[in-house]
Amino acid sequence: MKLVIGIVRPEKANDVLEALYRAEVRGVSISRVQGHGGELDRVETYRGTTVKMGLAEKVRFEIAVSDEFVEPTIDALCDGARTGDVGDGKIMVVPLERVVRIRTGETDHSAVTPVAR
Amino acid sequence: MTAPVLAAEVNTGDTAWMLVATAMVILMTPALGLFYAGLVRSKNTLNTFMMCAAALAVATVMWALVGYSIAFDEGNAIVGGLGHVGLRDVTFVPRDGTTIPHLLFMAFQASFCILTVALVSGAVVERMRFGPFLVFAALWSVLVYAVLAHWAFGGGWLQEQGTLDFAGGIPVEMGSGFSALAAALVVGVRSDYGRQAFLPHNAIYVLLGAGLLWFGWFGFNGGSGFSTGNPSVLAFTNTLLAPACTLVVWFALDLLRGRHVTAIGAATAIIVGCVGITPAGGFISPGWAMALGGLAALPSYAIIVLRPRTRVDETLDVLAAHGIAGITGILFIGFFAQQSWNGVADGLAYGDAAQLGEQALAVLATPVYAFVVTFLILRLIGLVMPLRATVREESLGMDIVQHGEEAYATGEGAILIGPEASTDGDVALAGERV
Repeated sequence: MKLVIGIVRPEKANDVLEALYRAEVRGVSISRVQGHGGELDRVETYRGTTVKMGLAEKVRFEIAVSDEFVEPTIDALCDGARTGDVGDGKIMVVPLERVVRIRTGETDHSAVTPVAR
Repeated sequence: MTAPVLAAEVNTGDTAWMLVATAMVILMTPALGLFYAGLVRSKNTLNTFMMCAAALAVATVMWALVGYSIAFDEGNAIVGGLGHVGLRDVTFVPRDGTTIPHLLFMAFQASFCILTVALVSGAVVERMRFGPFLVFAALWSVLVYAVLAHWAFGGGWLQEQGTLDFAGGIPVEMGSGFSALAAALVVGVRSDYGRQAFLPHNAIYVLLGAGLLWFGWFGFNGGSGFSTGNPSVLAFTNTLLAPACTLVVWFALDLLRGRHVTAIGAATAIIVGCVGITPAGGFISPGWAMALGGLAALPSYAIIVLRPRTRVDETLDVLAAHGIAGITGILFIGFFAQQSWNGVADGLAYGDAAQLGEQALAVLATPVYAFVVTFLILRLIGLVMPLRATVREESLGMDIVQHGEEAYATGEGAILIGPEASTDGDVALAGERV
């Protein structure tokens, strides 16, 4: 089991969700984050005050998957989020020690497997 | 120079009301900015409001320079003359047929021009670049608004042949609505149109904007009699009654369609009702105004439901809310104008079928003129500069790209590189503030 973390452009979040859905990855959490990834700083001016905005808005996906879903998830994140310009984001994969589904108490592999409707 | 004296014909009561009414209509443009800004995505909030600010700037200047003259100087049936260019001969002496200073009459009419330019921006927000919009606002305010205002109010052919338009169904409502359609077609759809849902980012802005617009509309319609006389009182009261009926009918339509009465729908209904009563305000009885308010909801609601299914990204539905409701109001006069209330003319229901024909002529000519001329203006500007932002800029948001500001800046990660050292001794103060 892995936790796949993808940090993507906010305007690409819908495309990523769509790609994940097509890859049959169902369990997703997202949050709005701010970060810096080497892209050019924006300069903004508010009356007399000029500032360099060092942080850009990003959306962070957290997806816990069983091993066979790791590659499809990464592919979906890349497909959905890539524009080719600096600032497209990162994907990080980290091992998961334990997963528990709260409703049923199922653990690990069965906890990250989507429920059949 | 001798001190200016009040011309003999000026009526102080009328003047006092028209001063207030003008200020109320000026408030409608920032109110529209709020209404529009709430309907777009948060990354385009400032740009959307700034389109309205652009109208306050550019349309006012153009109106004073040439627009007023084209609209209200005697000319031919199509355009006015150049006698009032640069506000020449616009003084304290009232214009013929009015009892308020000519200068005030000009200012009141200016507020209409400004609002109408701002209305058109609703068709192209979230993608049109700010620079070309400034050029568009300048040309459109003269070539479309001023000409249509001349037709309807300034002694042009529609007014001469007897078409009734109390407060601007022709130049303001139909003019903006059908120009918006043309503008949406020339500028094109937003890059994710039809693929992604674009949700209003702040419904409270929308409701507050609609409320302020309604308030301003009492000056808009109530001031269009240019006096404190009966037509103004009738139009003022009808501006209360008609939108209330539109709201009721809109609630019912919302319930039938989706089981919920929606807030954005209510805000839209207020606008549609105000638009519907705009041309008819001073010409129909309060009872018929209520009927008009209810009726106006139907065609506008239908267009709002159907338009997003097309490839026409007329983003904030200016055509449905203004163009279509304007037509409803203009035609309604042809049926239910009542001489016992307006002292001017009867409609079909009260024995004068010809009035309906005169109204219908305006409904045929105005949309065609507004659409064609707007289409040409934007095509011409497009030859000189790109009308719209790139896909990349569009996804970043027009606020940052066009204005270098954000509506909801948090300040996190902002590194101070200014204020630049200024020479006027305010440096210490500026430093202190940081």
